[in-house]
Amino acid sequence: MTTPTGAVLSIRNLRKEYRAGQPVLKDITLDIDGSGVTAIIGPSGTGKSTLIRCINRLVDPTDGEILFEGQDLAKLSGQPLRMARRRIGMVFQEYNLVERLSVIENVLSGRLGYVPVWRAFLRKFPKQDIARAFDLIESVGLTQDFATRRADALSGGQRQRVGIARAIMQQPALVLADEPTSSLDPKTSVEIMELMVSISRGSNVPIVVNIHNVELARRYANRIIGMTGGEVVYDGPPTGLQDSHLKHIYGGEDFL
Amino acid sequence: MNALAKPRPAAFPTNWTSRIAWAGLALYTLYATSILNLTWARFVAGIDNGGKFLSRMFPPNFEPDKIDLITTGMVESIQIAVLATFFGVLLSLPLGLAAARNLAPSWLSWSARALIAIFRSFHPVIVSILFVKAVGFGALAGVLALIVSTLGFVSKLFAEVVEEMNPKQVEAVRATGASFSNVLIFAVMPQVMARFVGLAVYQLDSNLRNSTMVGIVGGGGIGAPLFTAYQRFDYDVVLTILLCIIAIIMLAEMVSGRIRRIFQ
Repeated sequence: MTTPTGAVLSIRNLRKEYRAGQPVLKDITLDIDGSGVTAIIGPSGTGKSTLIRCINRLVDPTDGEILFEGQDLAKLSGQPLRMARRRIGMVFQEYNLVERLSVIENVLSGRLGYVPVWRAFLRKFPKQDIARAFDLIESVGLTQDFATRRADALSGGQRQRVGIARAIMQQPALVLADEPTSSLDPKTSVEIMELMVSISRGSNVPIVVNIHNVELARRYANRIIGMTGGEVVYDGPPTGLQDSHLKHIYGGEDFL
Repeated sequence: MNALAKPRPAAFPTNWTSRIAWAGLALYTLYATSILNLTWARFVAGIDNGGKFLSRMFPPNFEPDKIDLITTGMVESIQIAVLATFFGVLLSLPLGLAAARNLAPSWLSWSARALIAIFRSFHPVIVSILFVKAVGFGALAGVLALIVSTLGFVSKLFAEVVEEMNPKQVEAVRATGASFSNVLIFAVMPQVMARFVGLAVYQLDSNLRNSTMVGIVGGGGIGAPLFTAYQRFDYDVVLTILLCIIAIIMLAEMVSGRIRRIFQ
């Protein structure tokens, strides 16, 4: 289901203040289409993470609407919020895998919104979920042998692959990625971005990704949102992103 | 030069608060010693008496009727310890989770903490006396008393373990739309289980030691025969019982080491 504008996600006048009177996000309005990769760039502390986390309500917005699948996420709580979260996958900067669980347990945790507590406790996931988890482990570039290894035995790149598999395991209508490559080396960062783009295309899931690296954003996104001071100051294709925009986004030009 | 004109601050400034605290502790120790009439002469005389007492313990008494009595008592003590640990640890799981401030709402964690504080305020022997009055002489009173002390210890430390867990792993599982109980099972439990088992095993150890004591006030186990032997000056029997207790504790030490390794 999409909103009347054809977007999978519509953010209207979103505002977030951690301390009253000091907004981190000022009146953000955005539409995210049902496919493609949207990169959000901007300096540290400008509210990129807050924006992403407001969408699945890991952070509670102060004001505004977040329309997703016919509901305003900003107003949900309890059971309806959990139902909505099942449809939104999330990839984290520090992978946030449960370290003491195996790879396949981490991937299957993407189904936790669908299984009752006794099944989760006994690890009695439906057969098709387990089969899909194995498939996903392979399709993110790991071998089946990884399935029973503990997450804390993996390298950073391998962990992020598991993190992506967990998000896709949810069969989400939208994937959010909060600095997914910032803890990785340049080569692995490229691999992870390529994996996310190919998964986005393959399963036709839109991805919204926060990213520090402007080059990676240019290379892999088909839309770039530039933020500074809690506001959107650029919104368009990577080709339209000029040095003058970057100067505005990051302030100064020494880095160019 | 300006930098030289302005004196630098001391690299290691004197901490007067800590100095005064140490001096206060030293003074209080001297004061308490003088008030309690602790003198060297009494200590020396005590060593002499202790030597006589020890010599009367040897050799330990291994007569069959004594061994029978001791075996029955020790078996009962072990049962008390195991039962109290099992039920106490089982109950500590929800109580500890309720007391963890990062999971439970504040009204719940504060009430759980208050309950734990009450459980912790009395020594197992005092709690035993209460239960002996309530349910009568015997092992049940001992088991109940040790359940209380297990709850006090394990749930307090378990709550601390839960509060120290990595919130990011919990956040990620929450973001999948998992229910609270599924978050507990998939994100909280994996992080805290190994340390919880460690606490439980340690508590089994300490319950074994305490279960030899609750008998002194009528809570069942080896404590009663031990106390009787003391009062009848059967010091050779006392020694036999003490040797048995030492053996059990050492055995428990070995077993608990094994168990902890399994759950690493």
